Amino acid sequence: MPTLTAVARTPEGFLEHVEDWDRELARELAREAGLPELTDRHWLVVDYMRRTFLEKGDAPTIRTLGKESGVSVKELYQLFPKGPAKLAAKVAGIPKPHGCI
Amino acid sequence: MSAFPEQAGAPGATLADPAITKVSIIISKGSLEGIYPGLILANGARMEGIEANVFFTFFGMDAINRARHESIKVATVGNPGLHLATWLGGVPGMSALVTQQMMKSMEKLDIPPIPEFIELIADSGAKLFACKASVDMFGLTREDFIDPLEGIITVGEFYQMAGGGQIIFT
Repeated sequence: MPTLTAVARTPEGFLEHVEDWDRELARELAREAGLPELTDRHWLVVDYMRRTFLEKGDAPTIRTLGKESGVSVKELYQLFPKGPAKLAAKVAGIPKPHGCI
Repeated sequence: MSAFPEQAGAPGATLADPAITKVSIIISKGSLEGIYPGLILANGARMEGIEANVFFTFFGMDAINRARHESIKVATVGNPGLHLATWLGGVPGMSALVTQQMMKSMEKLDIPPIPEFIELIADSGAKLFACKASVDMFGLTREDFIDPLEGIITVGEFYQMAGGGQIIFT
């Protein structure tokens, strides 16, 4: 099982390789980012982010997240106060979203 | 690279260049191209976890006006950026046509139409305000504005609210 210290990461802490990810690593990434615990609601978003990235090669926008992840925009910001799109991408082990929206 | 990232509190920030933690954005123009930049800045700020206020003044208030925010248009007259002959910009329907094309390109980038964008920004925790002087001048009331509007405030209150952050005028 990979641990945070054993995987390659970008200077901002995103995983270099999506395949290094597993659920325990996600919990470690979350703790490091100031989320002590991942609830079912967090997982809904994280799993959606990862699934979308693996299918489409790109992280969803905040608008798409709010419409399709099953979690509203309001709740997204409650779950990930420091910025849902970026933080959920980090926890999901996918690259930093580079869109402006 | 930063010398003291941990002190300044954000990746890339240093003591000399501290991270931005709060922005207050003024939207003063009522055209499509006058409103979107401020909205994109506000949404982008919230996406980075930056506190954001948006202050709508003069014609910028059309963006939060119930009766008007669905019909915001690109200004095709007096807009050299469009590279359109001046007389052509004034042809009836030109503004609607250019607006329609621009909305199509924005939809492809997943940029929402103005009413939906404002709602998204409000849901993201940004606070929206209308300018009292403009509201009085145009003879408007709270009922003319969309529900998420936080309040109608004076310039003085705006400065108070913007304290400790950056102000961006658009």
